[in-house]
Amino acid sequence: MLTRKFMAALTLTILAALFWLDLINSNKLDPFRAPAVLALGSGQTGAGAHCAALPTED
Amino acid sequence: MSDITAPAPRLSGGLTRATLIGVALLAILSLSAAAGLRYGLLLAIGLGFGLILEGLRFGFAGPWRAMILRRDPAGLIAQLVAIGLVAIIAIPLINANGTEMIGAHAPVGWAMIGGAFVFGICMQIVLGCGSGTLVNAGSGNAVSALALPFFAIGSFAGAYHLLWWTGLGTAPVIAFSGAQGLVITLAGLAAVAGLALFLAAPGTRRLSRRLWLAAVLLAALALANLVVSGQPWGVVYGLGLWAAKGATAFGADLSGSAFWSLPTNQTRLAESVVTDVTSLTNIGIIGGAFIVAVWRSGLSARLPKLPARAWVGTIIAGFLLGYSSRLAFGCNVGAFFSGISTGSLHGWIWFAAAFAGSFQGIRIRRALGLEG
Repeated sequence: MLTRKFMAALTLTILAALFWLDLINSNKLDPFRAPAVLALGSGQTGAGAHCAALPTED
Repeated sequence: MSDITAPAPRLSGGLTRATLIGVALLAILSLSAAAGLRYGLLLAIGLGFGLILEGLRFGFAGPWRAMILRRDPAGLIAQLVAIGLVAIIAIPLINANGTEMIGAHAPVGWAMIGGAFVFGICMQIVLGCGSGTLVNAGSGNAVSALALPFFAIGSFAGAYHLLWWTGLGTAPVIAFSGAQGLVITLAGLAAVAGLALFLAAPGTRRLSRRLWLAAVLLAALALANLVVSGQPWGVVYGLGLWAAKGATAFGADLSGSAFWSLPTNQTRLAESVVTDVTSLTNIGIIGGAFIVAVWRSGLSARLPKLPARAWVGTIIAGFLLGYSSRLAFGCNVGAFFSGISTGSLHGWIWFAAAFAGSFQGIRIRRALGLEG
């Protein structure tokens, strides 16, 4: 009989595999290109990648 | 012999817990070193969300169900308390730092209202909202684990069609700001709490210490999310991004989508998910819930035996959770929690529509055989 342990392990394994593949196929990580630790006080504008952001063509 | 073997389970449990904490810290430090400290902090915040939501049993779908079925308002009021605490700091903070910080401000429209209503139905069918589905999947709930990939696909598809839906009729964005906006927001939260208390069944009006603690800690983490990332806590964008990345990996061309072809989203598609704000907190929520489930030894429960229609219903509801939450400009987190706490009118409309949908969802859940 399957338990929650199986489902949790399956979920985490699939996600870990997908994120590993994504890491390989995406632009390389570069800590020297990283934004400021805190957005507050950084002077940088937010990326706008949020579910409430209404996309505009501008 | 028995004296020697007796402490073994405790030692084993302690070792497991130490390992969990060690792996979580290692992940935060590794990400900080590889990508930047901001991303490590966001993963830590996400883990915190997962630990609180699962560890202190703070949810959204369950408390709404409790209010509807048993007139028990405690969980709903805890949500309102958390939202109010965030609003007290977030609304002035966003006002004063408008270039660095954005609120969860979105327009009210026909598709937005319909989307929130459908989301309310579906969150009761699977008994998991945006954050709830992540938490439940992380703690081994089979229904949520099945719903999650379809949630992501639905979110991708909803975003793909978003501009067509908003073209059906959308009002300008209305956000309550300044001291007046904060007063309106807090008064609205107090009015809803008062109504819930008025309708409450006898003996259900007190909030437990657990819920008070959860509300305060959740508010603190939501504010940390805002300060670190410059945007409020969200869930759905990240899930849609995961599916969009999957689609492009299989050769899909997203240039036909007005949404996914925008520069912001093209950048997100090219960069790793570990540099995307909502993806990181989503991963953290799943991980945090898993840690709590292992910590409590809560993974030994057997998976439920459900009829086929329950599993089919879960897949459809999962897809609709994602699709509808894109049209609604967020789920219970991005629209309800973060929308209201940053002054957006759409958060209030979302709440009313999703709560109305929840009445229908509770009936459908029963008909699908998901009650077990």
